[in-house]
Amino acid sequence: MEVNQATIQHLAQLSNFALTADQSQRLESDIRAILDYISQLDQLDTDGIEPTYQVFEMENVWRPDVITPQDATPDELLDLTVATQDHQIKVPKVL
Amino acid sequence: MIQAASKTHSAVQMVRTALERAHHYQDTHHIFTFINDEAALAKAAAIDQRIQRGETVGPLAGVPYALKDNFLSPEGETTASAHILEGFTSPVTATAVQKLEDAGAIMIGRTNLDAFAHGSSTENSYFGPTKNSRDPERVAGGSSGGSAVAVALGIVPFATGTDTGGSIRQPASFNGVYGLKPTYGTISRYGVVAMASSTDCIGFFAQSPEDLDLLMRVTAGQDPYDLTTLPDYYQTAPAETAPRRIGVIKDFDNEAVDPEIRAALQHKLDLLRQQGHQIIELSMPSLKYALAAYYIIVPAEVASNLSRHDGVRYGFRSTKSQHLAELYQNTRDEGFMPENKRRIMIGNFVLSSGYYDAYYLKAAKARTLIIQEYEKAFKQCDFILTPVSPNPAFKLGEKVNDPVAMYLEDVMSVPLNLAGVPGLAIPAGETKSGLALGLQLVGPRRSDAALLQFAKTLEESH
Repeated sequence: MEVNQATIQHLAQLSNFALTADQSQRLESDIRAILDYISQLDQLDTDGIEPTYQVFEMENVWRPDVITPQDATPDELLDLTVATQDHQIKVPKVL
Repeated sequence: MIQAASKTHSAVQMVRTALERAHHYQDTHHIFTFINDEAALAKAAAIDQRIQRGETVGPLAGVPYALKDNFLSPEGETTASAHILEGFTSPVTATAVQKLEDAGAIMIGRTNLDAFAHGSSTENSYFGPTKNSRDPERVAGGSSGGSAVAVALGIVPFATGTDTGGSIRQPASFNGVYGLKPTYGTISRYGVVAMASSTDCIGFFAQSPEDLDLLMRVTAGQDPYDLTTLPDYYQTAPAETAPRRIGVIKDFDNEAVDPEIRAALQHKLDLLRQQGHQIIELSMPSLKYALAAYYIIVPAEVASNLSRHDGVRYGFRSTKSQHLAELYQNTRDEGFMPENKRRIMIGNFVLSSGYYDAYYLKAAKARTLIIQEYEKAFKQCDFILTPVSPNPAFKLGEKVNDPVAMYLEDVMSVPLNLAGVPGLAIPAGETKSGLALGLQLVGPRRSDAALLQFAKTLEESH
């Protein structure tokens, strides 16, 4: 797997980061080193092995479909944001 | 040791002493992100009054504790030692915290960690590193470094931690205290900042297996707010004197492990043999791939869990943005530490189309093989004894600029998280230069209580 500045820019876009040129250079060598390390998995024979995505002894958990009181009120949650207007979260323009 | 308040043992006195020690060591060791002076003393006074009135109080009444700063509660900001969460005071309380408080425990401070628990030294904290309890020029370990040092220095008798790949066990071993990562699903994670949902576990640091047993009894159990909690199963194990079969993993006995750690392991094995236990040599060849699988699976889950931090609803928001898209990007750029960014980008890489099969799917299959090796091992033995990390506490700055070197710290701790089995870090003496040494005792799923019971047989005065 070749890692170059185009790869880093693509990953920054997927990750929603605005990176400076310096950061981008640094990340290129870091990401390359990490990918080199994790690529050793190629040596492990996994033919015919099923994947495992979680280790919980999963079973369905049912509850009645009723509204129960929550730990935080809408006002408490709105208080956590930087800016509000008319009981809504305020952000810069979209376009 | 944990001792609840009583008519002759004042909660105020315990909490005041803990707060004094917290402030005393804060300048030299940088353990806390918040110290809960006023509220802690008020709670202690209320408990003393209840005791004087003859009321029944909980098993942890008046016991001061330190809370890793990724547990939500309204006392102090919950930052996860990350800039992006600065200013966030939670309106909700984590279930584990609620259970501790209901039992009477009193939080005296929030402890420092690698931001979002990404790291093995606490150097990735936005607020700067915590120093090792034995040598302030060395790292505390991580990610739960502050909690480990708070217990090691006797500030509090116990502290909470989270363990996604070794974040309780490695700092416990770097500071000479006990650290338990329970079976996956034992303690509710509701209200704890998520890192990797398929491996995250909540656990504790303490000075003895007995104290950990008490903390497990208080906090374990099913929680309707966390549907990955197991039905209540934790009960103190009966004292056991029968000989046990203890596995040692020959794949971990190599030159990459510090000679003093290998000697400490041999010493404990000799002790076990003398006590009549049987030592079984295990071959677990897939474990050497566990770290590579871990650093695919965990970043994938990290990328997903951390996508919620965008500056809109809570925490830090970048002020220099003209458009919403810029607000997201600038907030995340300024708010995350370099290691957070590396993990998010690796996670998005291994999940992206074209690479998913070669990395994420491959790692998920490796995980199956690792689980199967543990299942096979626990048919041959009752517990496994291994090192926690390849080396004792290293120097500050030694590995922080080399991500792969830092990841290699976790090579012997991550396999447990991938398999969901419990692990207990136990103190195992010290190096010639006085650094703490630790080992980990590993058991099959749901063997937590037996693990703590058996750990008592390994206790020695050093």
